Amino acid sequence: MRVQFVLSEIGVGLRRNLTMTLAVVISVALSLALTGGALLVNKQVDAMKGYWYDKVEVSVYLCNKNDAATTPNCAKGPVTDDQKAEILSDLKKLPVVKKIYYETAEGAYKHYKEQFKSNKQLADSITPDQMEQSYQVKLKDPTKFAVVASAFNGRPGVQSVEDQRKVLENLFDLLNGLTKVAYVVLAFMLTVAMLLIINTVRVSAFSRRRETGIMRLVGASSFYIQMPFIMEAAFAGLVGAGLACVGLLGGRYFLIDAGLRLQDKIPLVSFIGWGPVVQVLPLVLLIGVVMPAIAAFIALRRYLKV
Amino acid sequence: MIRFDSVTKTYPKQNRPALRDVSLEIEKGEFVFLVGSSGSGKSTFLRLILREERTDTGLVHVLGKDLNRLSNWKVPQMRRQLGTVFQDFRLLPNKTVAENVAFALEVIGKPRGTIRKTVPEVLDLVGLAGKDDRMPGELSGGEQQRVAIARAFVNRPMLLIADEPTGNLDPQTSVGIMRLLDRINRTGTTVVMATHDQNIVDQMRKRVIELEKGRLVRDQSRGVYGYQH
Repeated sequence: MRVQFVLSEIGVGLRRNLTMTLAVVISVALSLALTGGALLVNKQVDAMKGYWYDKVEVSVYLCNKNDAATTPNCAKGPVTDDQKAEILSDLKKLPVVKKIYYETAEGAYKHYKEQFKSNKQLADSITPDQMEQSYQVKLKDPTKFAVVASAFNGRPGVQSVEDQRKVLENLFDLLNGLTKVAYVVLAFMLTVAMLLIINTVRVSAFSRRRETGIMRLVGASSFYIQMPFIMEAAFAGLVGAGLACVGLLGGRYFLIDAGLRLQDKIPLVSFIGWGPVVQVLPLVLLIGVVMPAIAAFIALRRYLKV
Repeated sequence: MIRFDSVTKTYPKQNRPALRDVSLEIEKGEFVFLVGSSGSGKSTFLRLILREERTDTGLVHVLGKDLNRLSNWKVPQMRRQLGTVFQDFRLLPNKTVAENVAFALEVIGKPRGTIRKTVPEVLDLVGLAGKDDRMPGELSGGEQQRVAIARAFVNRPMLLIADEPTGNLDPQTSVGIMRLLDRINRTGTTVVMATHDQNIVDQMRKRVIELEKGRLVRDQSRGVYGYQH
């Protein structure tokens, strides 16, 4: 009886106030899609950072046997143990070097597989013997890349010296900037959504003042009187959150797999898979239900006498 | 049942108190008329009993509870033991007669079986048997007030508060409503009724409490209306 009664009250309330309900649904959907989108851009940035990105500044890649054909510096064949020992001791002598990690070809292969796990084609196109062993170097001063580069570029056995930052830094700056903009916009959107919900509840409470007045009179608990309003807001929020989820899934599909087909156009970038998108959805749904419910509760304290 | 101890109540932004030092006691099973001109404090008196308002000074006890010390979340429980009837009926126009009465039970979470059993009983009691499926708009004023009384009484309250229940009704219909309230009173329910209806008060010869400018000026058993307005 209680459940049925509350449900029918919610239905009546939402229909009576259809335009307002739609406004709530749309604003909640937009703000949550932005929230989810911003979170996913962050995850995308993380996915594009390789294993070493946050740990070191410079990678000194050593020649392997396949590099002989493609890299002039490796024409004499793969790096020898003597060359490796010499490079390591010279690295240690550099005052800017803080720490040196040695990565085997197998280790590099493992990290590569890990990074491109969502892109099977790309992950399978490489074999362990194509990977280079490397010294991953952490610097005391991250800007002093040139010191290491000039000392080791062109050395026998060194395939290349790479600045971890240089490759993706600008792109990451752009994406991080976009995320920040998204956060500002979504803060405004959430405010709009909250205000809309508060106003919806106010109108709803006013149009049902007769019912709530009688409920008060016959001794209905305040929980019972407020519940339909809160459920109404939570339900509208849930619908909005559902739309936001569809938007996020669709967004990933059309940006990466179909439509823009970024994965085909930029095959060397590791895009986020469905996993991270699906992981974001429960959070989006939770915010979508809880936030309107709280807004409704706040509005009721002001506009509904219990 | 009801006890007022030196109750004073002033509304915000008003100089004159709506009630000034009112003390009285109403026993279980009594039928009490509350008379006085508009603005004499009748409504405030009833609102204090319903705990819609609180006193500034003095104590109000209803059903053995000190309403000043009753916490907000316990107020609904207290109100379930009271029935309330108003001049304007306050029925829900989009619900049938039976649904209007059932509403009072639904919102306090009574089981469906109880509702199905008690609603026809109480409609029968107020003389509306067979009109369960009518809409309030199809009923006469007297019948609408009977629905309101059925709703107030369906939970078998200890105390029935009626605020000018005959104020919108013609004399003939009013007599019928008064007979009904009298019958409810005979089942043991205390009735407190604010009214302007001289004929009714004079005919019924019940206890009369008169307020004037917030003061208790008369408390008379088997009284009459007593002043011209």
